[in-house]
Amino acid sequence: MTSIAIPAGMPQYDDVPRFDVARVRADFPILDREVNGHPLVYLDSANTSHKPRQVLDVLAEHYARHNANVSRSVHTLGTEATEAYEGARAKVAAFINAPSVDEVVFTKNSTEAINIVAYAFSNASLRPDTDPRFRLGPGDEIVISEMEHHSNIVPWQLLAERTGATLRWFPVTDHGRLDESGLAELVTERTKIVSLVHTSNILGTVNATGRITQRVREVGALLLLDCSQSVPHMPMDVVDYDADFIVFTGHKMCGPTGIGVLWGRAELLAAMPPVLGGGSMIETVTMARSTFAPPPARFEAGTPPIAEAVALGAAVDYLTGVGMRAIQWHEKELTAYALDALATVPGLRIFGPNVPVGRGGTISFALGDVHPHDVGQVLDSLGVQVRVGHHCAKPVCTRFGVPAMTRASFYLYTTTEEIDALVAGLEQVRKVFD
Amino acid sequence: MQLDQLYQEIILDHYKHPHGRGLRDAAGPDVRVGEAHHVNPTCGDEITVRVATDGKVFTDISYDGMGCSISQASASVLHELLRGRAADDAAVVHEAFVELMSGRGQVTPDEEVLGDGVAFAGVARYPARVKCALLSWMAFKDAAARAGVGVSPTEVKA
Repeated sequence: MTSIAIPAGMPQYDDVPRFDVARVRADFPILDREVNGHPLVYLDSANTSHKPRQVLDVLAEHYARHNANVSRSVHTLGTEATEAYEGARAKVAAFINAPSVDEVVFTKNSTEAINIVAYAFSNASLRPDTDPRFRLGPGDEIVISEMEHHSNIVPWQLLAERTGATLRWFPVTDHGRLDESGLAELVTERTKIVSLVHTSNILGTVNATGRITQRVREVGALLLLDCSQSVPHMPMDVVDYDADFIVFTGHKMCGPTGIGVLWGRAELLAAMPPVLGGGSMIETVTMARSTFAPPPARFEAGTPPIAEAVALGAAVDYLTGVGMRAIQWHEKELTAYALDALATVPGLRIFGPNVPVGRGGTISFALGDVHPHDVGQVLDSLGVQVRVGHHCAKPVCTRFGVPAMTRASFYLYTTTEEIDALVAGLEQVRKVFD
Repeated sequence: MQLDQLYQEIILDHYKHPHGRGLRDAAGPDVRVGEAHHVNPTCGDEITVRVATDGKVFTDISYDGMGCSISQASASVLHELLRGRAADDAAVVHEAFVELMSGRGQVTPDEEVLGDGVAFAGVARYPARVKCALLSWMAFKDAAARAGVGVSPTEVKA
């Protein structure tokens, strides 16, 4: 990177928080392995991230030393397990600056978190005595965007079908940005909820939400941000973002699979009817009817993923230790490097922003007319792991006129050498298919 | 992992120069036509296969689609192998190809039966790619059934 002298008194280049990537990599046992006789080059962290030893140890330690069910035992192990589980909730709450620990609902993943909100709308719509903000019917509108993951499309399509509400969406520009030009016509007094991806899992775009949030407040709608690709990669402050709900998933942020988070404003969660019924979510049960626990327990029916939650707490500790600002900056540098490097590959077309501004370290591209499956297969033979396909965002592929894309995505352990390996691998692809 | 086991020259050749590509209308009043459109939901690959038959022989097998080299080359080989064949005969080839692809690389293909299809033996070692290779063959089976000709009882366990 070219360095120019920044005048004294201004923020200096070295003021940016940094970390030692080699030391971070040493924490991730999987990064030692080889794939097909080559050192592993893992460029698929948007799909799932790897787990540091600190997280793996906590997971094993929980089962080995503290295993018991939560929230129902008087015995010592049960108390330890409950304290660990609730301790993880507190860590997650602090990580996203949630005003209250009780605003953090543990779910299976982002998909389940979005479905909880969608089904709360659905259930509220069946009853006249529920909060009107959650009641939907014909004439009401749900707004999403064309760059959503399927998990933020399908639940709303199903909700619209069940309630008679209308689904509308923001289009995407040729540069892979959200097209906000129709904001005033799209988000109106008819809108009940806007559910928007914060960082696109396919284009890498980080959406600026300010104008949309302001409009949502003007019309009295609710705002859900899908932060599955944001919370792992940048500092997240739910108060600053002024969202009503955010969702994210543990396995993309160095945590285990099977654990995700729905964060919601306390008064909104309190106004939402339950979705899954069962143990742990009740206040009292008679044969005729039941009353329900306050949030978050109301939305955590059944035995939760206890060890996974505890390990997610360890992942939050780990990321906090490295520093989210430093991780964000590291990925910004990688993205700038990768965009430059990929521009040298003949016939390569990037989908999404081609500058490292307002975008994260997830880059999708086409290599000539070589099918992404073939690109991915040749790269795999060289140890380079990328994702190919429609990335659970088929409308984005349709928008850009391709059936599938190849995607490289970075994280705190990614190095510029790995990006070099990708570029060298793409040369190999061209040799096979030219 | 040897990449050239997967991308054999024959496969790349069929991919770059596909045989019989493009959907064709059937000629003649007695010809029955069947068509099937199959999608691989994991990658978005699509193929439409159309068969024309007099009830005994597949007088034409035409196709169109988009997808990876394996799926497109496989459709080209399908066309080469089965066009002009009697239904019984085609069923034997179809079954042999499905068996090869389901064999996890343990099946030795018979070139007498499978012709260029033997090149796909390496693909069977890549579980993620078996579906690509079988896409057109499964669409063909459905298209043939719609034209009133049964081809193969074999179900795929890919």
